[in-house]
Amino acid sequence: MWSQIQTTMKHLTVAFLLIFSAVVTNAQVLISGTVKDNRGRVIAGASIAVKGSYDGGVSDSTSRFSFKTFEKGAQVIVVSSIGYKLAEQAVTIDKDPIDVNFMLKEEVSELKAVTVTAGSFEAGDKKRAATVLSSLDVVTTGGANADISAVVKTLPGAQQVGEQEGLFVRGGAGYETKQFIDGTMVNNPFFSSVPDIAQRGRFSPFLFKGTVFSTGGYSALYGQALSSALILESVDVPERSEASLSISPIFLGAGIQKVASDKKSSWGMRYDYTNLAAYFKVVKQTPDYFTVPEYHAADANFRIKTKKGGIVKYYTTFSANRLGLRRPNIDEPSLKNAFGLKNTNWYQNLSWRENLGNGWKMNLGLSYSTDHNEILNQVQDQQNRMVATGSVWIDSTNFTLTTRADLSQLKAVFDKRLSGISVVRFGGEYLYSYNKSLYNQYSGLLPDHFKALFSEADLYITNDLAAKAGVRFEQSSIISKANIAPRLSLAYKTGRGGQMSIAYGIFYQKPENSYLNATTRFGYTKATHYIINYIRNTTLQTFRVEAFYKKYDDLVKTYPSYDNSGSGYAKGLELYWRDKKTFSGLDYWISYSYLDTKRDYLNYPQQLQPNFAADHTASLVLKRFVSSINAGFNFTYSYASRRPYYFMVKNGNKYDIADRGTTIDYHSLGFSMNYLASMGKAYGVFVLSVTNVFNQNQVFGYNYSHDGARKEAITPAAPRFIFLGLFLSWGVDRRQDAINSNL
Amino acid sequence: MKQLLIIISMFFAGMAAAQTKYESAMTRGLEQFKAAKTAEEMTTVSSFFERIGDAEKDKWLPYYYAAQANYMTAWMNPKADKDKVAEKSNDLISKAEALEANNSELFCLRQMTATLQMIVDPMSRWQSYGTQASNAIENAIKADPKNPRCYYLKGQSLMNTPEAFGGGKAVAKKLFEKAVELYKDFQPASPLHPNWGKAESEKLLAACQ
Repeated sequence: MWSQIQTTMKHLTVAFLLIFSAVVTNAQVLISGTVKDNRGRVIAGASIAVKGSYDGGVSDSTSRFSFKTFEKGAQVIVVSSIGYKLAEQAVTIDKDPIDVNFMLKEEVSELKAVTVTAGSFEAGDKKRAATVLSSLDVVTTGGANADISAVVKTLPGAQQVGEQEGLFVRGGAGYETKQFIDGTMVNNPFFSSVPDIAQRGRFSPFLFKGTVFSTGGYSALYGQALSSALILESVDVPERSEASLSISPIFLGAGIQKVASDKKSSWGMRYDYTNLAAYFKVVKQTPDYFTVPEYHAADANFRIKTKKGGIVKYYTTFSANRLGLRRPNIDEPSLKNAFGLKNTNWYQNLSWRENLGNGWKMNLGLSYSTDHNEILNQVQDQQNRMVATGSVWIDSTNFTLTTRADLSQLKAVFDKRLSGISVVRFGGEYLYSYNKSLYNQYSGLLPDHFKALFSEADLYITNDLAAKAGVRFEQSSIISKANIAPRLSLAYKTGRGGQMSIAYGIFYQKPENSYLNATTRFGYTKATHYIINYIRNTTLQTFRVEAFYKKYDDLVKTYPSYDNSGSGYAKGLELYWRDKKTFSGLDYWISYSYLDTKRDYLNYPQQLQPNFAADHTASLVLKRFVSSINAGFNFTYSYASRRPYYFMVKNGNKYDIADRGTTIDYHSLGFSMNYLASMGKAYGVFVLSVTNVFNQNQVFGYNYSHDGARKEAITPAAPRFIFLGLFLSWGVDRRQDAINSNL
Repeated sequence: MKQLLIIISMFFAGMAAAQTKYESAMTRGLEQFKAAKTAEEMTTVSSFFERIGDAEKDKWLPYYYAAQANYMTAWMNPKADKDKVAEKSNDLISKAEALEANNSELFCLRQMTATLQMIVDPMSRWQSYGTQASNAIENAIKADPKNPRCYYLKGQSLMNTPEAFGGGKAVAKKLFEKAVELYKDFQPASPLHPNWGKAESEKLLAACQ
């Protein structure tokens, strides 16, 4: 029996030996080659495999690979590399080495594809490559006091205008920039105007996850903005519930944000009260405030994620504010000019984003706002009593003005994904605006039914070449005119991280209500944009240069008659550099704008450089977070060259320039510091912010007396604004708030 | 007789080896993983595991190691594009997740790749990738509260979080202690299953003292 086993085993041993020797003698076959892309560029790190086997290799930095395999016969070699389409090659493996070269095709993907960037600054995490400003940047920009517009002013294209609110972009007036929240236009994005003092924006930066500042050539989805669009996208369902409290000598606020346990929905509300009385007692203001600025603001929101990956968002805010100030009357220094303002504003926005399946997406937006102002302007004597002097030019400043501005709108946009990542988009919007005013006894009523249809295509020809072509049709009932505005932009990737874009577009805007009150026999004002830009982007650095030419036609003239006979142009060059890499821990950006613009509009006798336009504007923004002391230090230096000012006197049916000049250069250093601390269960941020640290003299223009004998500089109400506040929040999972985790 | 026993044992050893071409390839892969010193070698290891995964079709472990080895290249090559590395690793993790749902080890990998992307630009990314990372580690703990690697990774990220945000050595220490405790009894499901982090936990615990 043993012998039997032994024999069997001998056989087995022989069998094994045979197998092993077969393995040994069955020599491996060498497979080698190269992996390149369709332009012949090396692809390193590509994975090469004999399909269905373990055998394979990786391409090296010279694109070569080689490996040995035991596989025989008809086989398939597969090559894969992230960002490229899979490539396969059938081979017959026999005894001889095989040399096989692969050319991989790039996969057109949203992350890799060129993005059309002419004219626009995209902020937020949406497209990594185009990220220029994040929402955190807004609250940590020195001297900006968490005002979105103030931060946007540090980007190229925007002017440093301090005497009125609004974004003055590339030679355009403030009203030529419109703001959009989740697609719909915002009627009163700033607090109501006060003569010679710029007002803040109404919306907190924390409401938005992304901001696109478009300085021209923007999408056909947006209209009624000659110069610029500030496109804000609100946050979705937040990650966690939170209660918050803000304490400062000038305001108190409290809010709550509750996220459902399944993280599918959330709701929140907030109330803030601002009163500058204590602050104005300590820091002297140039005007005499008889009603210290006081603001109430309440807001509420809900957000619900839908089953198909869409979201419904609602946001509403109500605010009431008042102020009153006196300044010396420029015509008669023994008299005063008193200005009082009461404003209430209610804004609400409902949006619904949904995947409809089959590559279709829908964006619906519904918004309503109503804004009421009561303005009282009086000429007063030294005892603050209203007086009448008998001089028409003085007495005409005694007035009351009440205004009501309502805007209801509906916007629908449908997206259909084509092959690859190309998309066609179309939709329409309807805006009903109702503007009522009462100036002394003169009443004005301006209802407008405004309709627009638009369609646009994003065509990705390759990863390196993309086009965006769109057209927009608009019709306004109040001027009973229609227009068609084409838009076109192209982008071409020039190399690693670099790309070139060009953009062209026609933009229309109906005249402002103040002119429509005089006559509605106006047409649209028109601007034609031509833009070329080059942008080079890496994750931590951005370089951008852009040149533009803008032609204005049909601008509003008020003299010799109310019509569209105005015109103008703007051209310039802009540079931007942001760097988070070179200096460890330091994030900074530099922007510079050169602007050459002239326009003939309103009462200008000829084409002139408008008083809001400076030739050179530059900003340097520095941010440094020192994690060892949990504090951030932020500096912003802004410069603008002198701006022109004019004093015009009516001469028959036109105006003459009786006096003109230029202001002084504008310099301002803003500073802010954030100190982070945990206080019991709360997580706190102390904020100290100072504008115009060096107390530099700032002149925004001049006001003239009626006869031109006297002129007064328009300066800030106080040279400097200092803010100190503490922001507390509870319920935050603080482990997630690792601002400076450096594993 | 002796000869016979040798032959028999050889026979069974041979059988075992023949049965598991997969196991021997995995073992070889793990040895190469341990030995890899450069990013290039690590990439080779990662693609080897990926090929095993692609060939086997129903095993999640090859993709797990492929993702982990690929992740390591981001640290071995200081010039690596961390976003690109994370993207590739996430791709591999997704393949593993398709075969093995709700696995604590895979959630751990997700935490690692999200952290990798966060540190590219912590100031602006902590809200997105930082949240992803901490959600992933919470899921990992939920899926297997006895997995020591969860506590090691969580401790590691807290150790590098400023105290003002609830991080710091004191908080991290407790987690490393828990990890070290769990490693004492930890037995991988098979010699091929994840079994790393013990020495690292002990090292970081010592650093917290």
